[in-house]
Amino acid sequence: MKSGLIEDFLFLGDPNVRIVLPGVLVLCAMAALVGNFTYLRKRSLIGDAISHAVLPGICLAYLVNGEKNLFYLLIGALASGLLSVFLIDFLSKNRFARNDTAIALMLSSFFGLGLVLLTYIQHQGGASQSGLDGFLFGKAASLSELDVYVFSISFLVISGIVYLFRRGFGLMSFDEDFAQSIGFPVRWLRFFLSVLTVWAVATGIQAVGVVLMAALLIAPSLAARLWSNSLKQMIFISVLVGLLSGYSGSLISYLKPGMPTGPWVVISAGVFALISLMVAPGKGLLSQWKLRKSNETKMLTENLLKLFYQISEKSENQTAVTEDDLLNRRSLNRSDLSRGLKLLIKNNYVLDIQGAWRLSAEGEIEAKRIVRLHRLWELYLQEYLHLDADHVHDDAEAMEHVITPDIERQLEEILGRPERDPHQAIIPRVYDTK
Amino acid sequence: MTLNDFWILATAIVVALVCAIPGTFLVLRRMSMVGDAISHAVLPGIVIAYLISGSRSSVAMLPGAAAAGMFVAVAIEWLQKKLRVRDDAAIGLVYTFLFAVGVILVSAFTAQTDLDQDCVLYGEIAFVPFDLITLSENVLFPRQLLVGTVLLILILLVLIRGFRGLYLSTFDPGYAMSIGVSVAFWHYVLMGMVSFATVVSFESVGAILVVALLSGPAASAALFARSLKSMILMSCAFGSIAAVTGYFAAVWLNVSIAGSIAMFTGIIYFISLLLKRIIHSF
Repeated sequence: MKSGLIEDFLFLGDPNVRIVLPGVLVLCAMAALVGNFTYLRKRSLIGDAISHAVLPGICLAYLVNGEKNLFYLLIGALASGLLSVFLIDFLSKNRFARNDTAIALMLSSFFGLGLVLLTYIQHQGGASQSGLDGFLFGKAASLSELDVYVFSISFLVISGIVYLFRRGFGLMSFDEDFAQSIGFPVRWLRFFLSVLTVWAVATGIQAVGVVLMAALLIAPSLAARLWSNSLKQMIFISVLVGLLSGYSGSLISYLKPGMPTGPWVVISAGVFALISLMVAPGKGLLSQWKLRKSNETKMLTENLLKLFYQISEKSENQTAVTEDDLLNRRSLNRSDLSRGLKLLIKNNYVLDIQGAWRLSAEGEIEAKRIVRLHRLWELYLQEYLHLDADHVHDDAEAMEHVITPDIERQLEEILGRPERDPHQAIIPRVYDTK
Repeated sequence: MTLNDFWILATAIVVALVCAIPGTFLVLRRMSMVGDAISHAVLPGIVIAYLISGSRSSVAMLPGAAAAGMFVAVAIEWLQKKLRVRDDAAIGLVYTFLFAVGVILVSAFTAQTDLDQDCVLYGEIAFVPFDLITLSENVLFPRQLLVGTVLLILILLVLIRGFRGLYLSTFDPGYAMSIGVSVAFWHYVLMGMVSFATVVSFESVGAILVVALLSGPAASAALFARSLKSMILMSCAFGSIAAVTGYFAAVWLNVSIAGSIAMFTGIIYFISLLLKRIIHSF
């Protein structure tokens, strides 16, 4: 039966799914689209504030209008959501309160006002008020065909506006001052962005609820940011993540009757964000870990090469060294040592001569390069930073691995092609020009 | 005023005080929204504690909620430090995720629980006088007020004993570290206080009021205060004023008490702002 269910779901065989699924998908796409800008402008939590702040507007609209008309409720929601955004901006711009405090304060006092109005309405009685609080927790299952139309039109309008103002919105998201200085109407753009955000949040609440709405703004753009450095790509990826989360959330709640859709959508979006944080190229945990590993390996092998060179420097006639020779000169653990030696042999830097090792011709060049960088840097620290000769070694231990040939040349020049380092050791030349 | 009114009002004031003290530090550390996150994210902790212990008493909930609160603090820290997620996004991601887990747990175990997400979002403080425990013969005391008072005493003890650590790690973490004060330790002490404050309020006033009482009074106090001590005292005062005015307004209009108190934290803030501007202009 399970596969039958999935088929139904894919082909929208179930009349319920035919309404709920498109509704949730459009909503997720819309929230993800708007979320890019709130995320880039470091205002992710504004979505949370808005979703709480629309409640008094909804209640007031109901009180004035006397019935649950979606259109009036949305107008009310938009108005109070916008008011909260402006108050937050006003408070933090004028430094009356810090941004986070302003958000927390507006969020909770608007929601408090909303609760007051809601309970006032409930105590007034009246048949039509029932279900007004359903707006708070959201029930994707109760979406109507009208809701889906409203979502779709909203999505189209919002995408249209984002497309029209793409340059302004993009610039604003990265550098508001710069956008202002080259003549963009920043105040208006900010206003439009606030309207779009409030709009997306206000329409979405009835499907996922007040608390979870913020996640639909944050998680997709957080994930998308990790995969791309271009705003355009980021927008497409975030919408895709939003759609995928909407789809998998709906699927889960469809397969397990009684499971709420909204929370599963949020969990899916959160999982997508977490996966991206782990595996995204460059910024993810995995590639950071890989980078660290490869740096550690580089440092290990370079340090070993240096060691070979130093030993050969001390005793001219000694051609091969044993493991103990190496361990005596530098504190290393044995497993690191044998790992490093294996790598060096693989790279043809070190030759294995019956249980002892010596540098190959390439190895000697490489070892000279590292020792040379080390000593150049020591000399530089002494000459230009006036450090004592006994204080320069540790810093050079780190720098020798990262100095590029370019910096090496510059060091050479400003030090005047030096012969000896602060400890009077010879600074080797890679290609001896005797 | 009947005894029932008195119990409700006393509970509201105790909750206001329990929140105002950690709230002051949250506002100073720019962590107000962490309070918001913790107060929402205790839902899964509470549900799991409920499922394990089978009782809805605060004693069982306390460890569950505290664990969830600590988990939020650790998770946000981890996302920020290890994965370099910006703080606002980290907060938003963590608490919505946990709240979603909580809602799912609630719906998965509906049969076993009489919990629902409304009870976390807005509890019903009007029921406080009906939930009594016997202290000794013939002395009945509202359970939630008792739990609140005990926690208030605990928080005051921590504040007095740990004032120096909290103070230093809030205003100058670098200096604090250099003289051997563990900044991380006091960070988690504060997070613990916030989690506990959330637990007291979860049945009576709900998460939103916790956020209001954590941030509102402290934000108003920050407009006037010149020292940490005066800021703490002022936010306690503002919190209590919000509790009292909010309560009477709610009774007068016959509306939600928690909502009304939350609304009054905002009103008090704007009145303070206005007062400050007027004082400033002279």
